[in-house]
Amino acid sequence: MYEFDYHTPQTIDDARALLSGRDDPKLLAGGQTLLPTMKQRLAAPSDLIDLRKVTGLDGITGAGDTLRIGAMVRHAAVAASDEVRQAIPALAALAGGIGDPLVRHRGTLGGSIANNDPSADYPAGCLALAATISTDRREIGADEFFLGMFETALEEDEIITGVAFPVPRKAGYAKFPNPASRYAMVGVFVAQTGNAVRVAVTGAGPGVFRVPAMETALASDFSAQAIADISVPSDGLLEDLHGSAEYRANLVTVMAKRAVQSAL
Amino acid sequence: MPADKGGNGAQSGIGAAVRRKEDFRFITGAGRYTDDITLPGQSYAYFLRSPYAHAQIAAIDIAAAEASPGVVAVFTGKDVAADGLGGLICGWMIHSKDGSEMRTGAHPVLALDRVRYVGDHVAVVIAESLAEAKAGAELIDVDYEEYDAVVGVEAALAENAPQLHDEVPGNLCFAWELGDKAATEAAFDRAARRVTLTFANNRLIPNAMEPRAAIGDYDRGTGDYTLYTTSQNPHVARLVLSAFVGVAPEHKLRVIAPDVGGGFGSKIFIYAEETVCVWAAAKLRRPVKWTAERNESFLSDAHGRDHVSHAELALDADGRMLGLRVHTRANLGAYLSTFASSVPTYLYGTLLSGQYDIPAIYVEVDGVFTHTAPVDAYRGAGRPEATYLVERIVETAARELDMDPVEFRRRNFIREFPHQTPVIMNYDIGDYDASLNEACRLVDYAGFADRRAASEARGRKRGIGFSAYIEACGIAPSQAVGSLGAGVGLWESAEVRVNPTGSVEVLTGSHSHGQGHETTFAQLVSDQLGIPIENVEVVHGDTDKVQFGMGTYGSRSGAVGMSAIQLALDKVIAKGRRIAAHLLEAGEEDITFDGGSFQVAGTDRAVPFADLALQAYTGHGFPTNEIEPGLKESAFYDPVNFTFPAGCHIAEVEIDPETGVTHIENFVAVDDFGTIINPMIVAGQVHGGVAQGIGQAMLENCAYDPESGQLLSGSFMDYCMPRADDLPEFVVGMTETPCTTNPLGIKGCGEAGAIGAPAAIVNAVTDALGIRDIAMPVTPERVWRAINS
Ligand SMILES: Cc1cc2nc3c(=O)[nH]c(=O)nc-3n(C[C@H](O)[C@H](O)[C@H](O)COP(=O)(O)OP(=O)(O)OC[C@H]3O[C@@H](n4cnc5c(N)ncnc54)[C@H](O)[C@@H]3O)c2cc1C
Repeated sequence: MYEFDYHTPQTIDDARALLSGRDDPKLLAGGQTLLPTMKQRLAAPSDLIDLRKVTGLDGITGAGDTLRIGAMVRHAAVAASDEVRQAIPALAALAGGIGDPLVRHRGTLGGSIANNDPSADYPAGCLALAATISTDRREIGADEFFLGMFETALEEDEIITGVAFPVPRKAGYAKFPNPASRYAMVGVFVAQTGNAVRVAVTGAGPGVFRVPAMETALASDFSAQAIADISVPSDGLLEDLHGSAEYRANLVTVMAKRAVQSAL
Repeated sequence: MPADKGGNGAQSGIGAAVRRKEDFRFITGAGRYTDDITLPGQSYAYFLRSPYAHAQIAAIDIAAAEASPGVVAVFTGKDVAADGLGGLICGWMIHSKDGSEMRTGAHPVLALDRVRYVGDHVAVVIAESLAEAKAGAELIDVDYEEYDAVVGVEAALAENAPQLHDEVPGNLCFAWELGDKAATEAAFDRAARRVTLTFANNRLIPNAMEPRAAIGDYDRGTGDYTLYTTSQNPHVARLVLSAFVGVAPEHKLRVIAPDVGGGFGSKIFIYAEETVCVWAAAKLRRPVKWTAERNESFLSDAHGRDHVSHAELALDADGRMLGLRVHTRANLGAYLSTFASSVPTYLYGTLLSGQYDIPAIYVEVDGVFTHTAPVDAYRGAGRPEATYLVERIVETAARELDMDPVEFRRRNFIREFPHQTPVIMNYDIGDYDASLNEACRLVDYAGFADRRAASEARGRKRGIGFSAYIEACGIAPSQAVGSLGAGVGLWESAEVRVNPTGSVEVLTGSHSHGQGHETTFAQLVSDQLGIPIENVEVVHGDTDKVQFGMGTYGSRSGAVGMSAIQLALDKVIAKGRRIAAHLLEAGEEDITFDGGSFQVAGTDRAVPFADLALQAYTGHGFPTNEIEPGLKESAFYDPVNFTFPAGCHIAEVEIDPETGVTHIENFVAVDDFGTIINPMIVAGQVHGGVAQGIGQAMLENCAYDPESGQLLSGSFMDYCMPRADDLPEFVVGMTETPCTTNPLGIKGCGEAGAIGAPAAIVNAVTDALGIRDIAMPVTPERVWRAINS
């Protein structure tokens, strides 16, 4: 790790002020991605601006058909929240399946989606549920937010404050974990809101993506059978030690079916 | 520390499931590992490692690093060479078929002009803090000329392959053979049937929980060197560092291996890092500490396995084995690690008879250098590779004969002992039917067909696989291994010191790094002397306390280390009888020792052990020409043969055809370890070993990029260590035929799980899928492809 200055602002305005006028400042949330990268000397921010004391980034609130989760809410809190479990059980299950207990007690929703790891779970939930990401300056729809591998619509100094999830009629998440890292090798989130269905896939491609053919099929018949023969092309999917693009393409269909089954 | 059970022979002696004495300190964080030690004035070493698999070092510029804040010194291979240090050694000479000695290049402590694997040691930076050492290392400017690299044995043996060492043409270290070639060929000529199989035994990265670490210290007043290090065999480290590397004279070098958090073989070897720590400490006149970060462990701990083999089994018309022919190519990595040459040869070829009466066996092994981390002993060391080969081809043969795999094994079992195999080993005893039958009972083999039908009804594929393994422990009879090329005889030493109050210290050359010696060794003493177990202290891991020892590996601490303790205890009891005869005014031949008391036979005249101990040190009027004061005895035990633990593992798996995920439904391990000192610890050893065996079979995949030679599985993000939820509930059973060649009848239990499990798993998966073979690790994708091809 290289040297850096550490700050604990109390308000969003203070955090924003700290972000401007410094060499290479970085926001720090749960540190589960940022700190390992710094320890390996792959990142060398000049300043760490810790968000843990900033007011207004915490809390889970349900208001009618929307569930709002603060950016600093830890995965473990989402997994254990009665509100989330009642409104969107699939989202609680998703959070409960991230990493291990230590990671879940430190890692945050805001950190996860800001990072937009192609194998992270939350991006699938946000995209399938058509969530809205709030920042210190605007609201961004999930379709516009996730741009590709580790890329988002966030500006350099933009701070996520929370995410609003529309409560779906039904939703399910099925994850095939990478056996080593336990990140998603393929994770499929399926959500039925009104008459529309959204299917979002993480882990398989360079970024989270939707599968329109499955969405159409499920809109008319919300059953695993309806998508059993729909597959995504393997071109452009990720390949690594653990799985080829072809295998990941197969898993997309299998996990989508299981997500539908778990939503029923 | 809260005392364990009240402790007398019955509760804490041989066979009692005594809770581990050492666990209190380990699980409360009170253990003292090398990295927990901080010496006054300590500096920190950081090794600059090669980012290339193969490169020439044209120049190294260390000026900026030396000037970096906090940097105390920067050393390169030139500095090591200038001080006249020798290179790292391999302690086992292998001869090729043509009688020539194995070929090997120099293994410099720090690279001189060439680097040969990613992670090879280029320079060391020593600084006031680790951060400053790392910062300094970033300023070292190395001018590399990158060359082509080879990571696999086939590529390394190909014509025009990049060469590792000038002294090793074609990268072939040795072309070794064992067995009778002509007799084996004759067996194949008359065979009614032949079964062949070609497969790899995948490379593994050990990953002990505690990474390697070292602190070198030098006392300029006395000229004494001290090395704290994560070693499984501190005396061997001292011997190698003094006699071969020449860091310090043996009598001036103290090696301490304090609490060590697992080794699995990887901490047997003498590496560059600890060598540099002692050497630099003397140069700089201050302590130098190094602790591996996990990524360094992945890159530079000696790896395990990595064979490619072709095996052929010859059978007669009745399904009896006539001969086995094997050709193996073993990847040795870039340099020969301390025992590297023995693992794919004498620890492997000698076990190829398995549990079977095979009249003729011939094995050839080519040892091959590649641009990868050195490969050496890892839990099982050669025997997992042998068992995998034998049990895969045996299962395959049974299927091709359309014979029940259990029946096929029974038809070929060795039943008369001692049994001389065609590959050196002489099995003293065993009962292979007993372990096979018990394992079949525990897994409910008769009910398997119904379970398979039930799985199929749910759209799943179910399979069962057997592995009737044998292995050789208790390395090693010094005469035998000496004639096979071992540099040292592998006996063990022990000293039993009885204190005046009757408590006992046992000094052993074995080293505990998770095995529980502080408990099991104390159980033996408690049992033999009839004293409470809490009155026994086991001392190990310090060359200043224990005179000499060979250390712990190859499941030798019970069979060899405890045998030495037994011999020393016998001497203590013999002397005790002489003292008792004097105290009780009786003839020595009339003194019995039982239940912790010396007694005149047939009378009630007795002296308890503790009273006798006090008398030994404080008594007056001993006939000193007959009895010296004191009660302390030592012994060296040189085994007369290996021991042969054997057993049967059965895996039953269920496969999800959509994803290719294999779930282990049942895993039964029935083992014959001879005499058991502590059944709880033995079961724990089986669990751990089986977990590692399942890891090899299903999860662990050490992969190098074939072009660049980069380690692709360089962290836990990509290298999959088994976790609790990857594993089934193990069913462990025991059978017992005590070893006939050592005093306690112990065979050894530390590695059997890792040896037996892989073949059981792969046999089960291939059974479920109805295929001949599948590569380890059996990943979901491989299974899915097998189903869909
Ligand atoms: C062992 C391990 C296993 C894991 N397994 C999984 C898994 O299975 N699935 C999964 O999805 N994830 C997994 N993770 C990732 C983890 O869950 C976190 O979500 C992730 O590390 C990022 O969240 P964080 O709060 O730790 O962010 P940090 O590491 O603190 O920050 C990450 C990035 O986001 C930026 N950032 C943080 N907060 C904000 C904000 N409010 N606004 C703008 N930018 C911000 C930071 O500046 C930084 O660039 C794993 C991590 C580890 C270490």
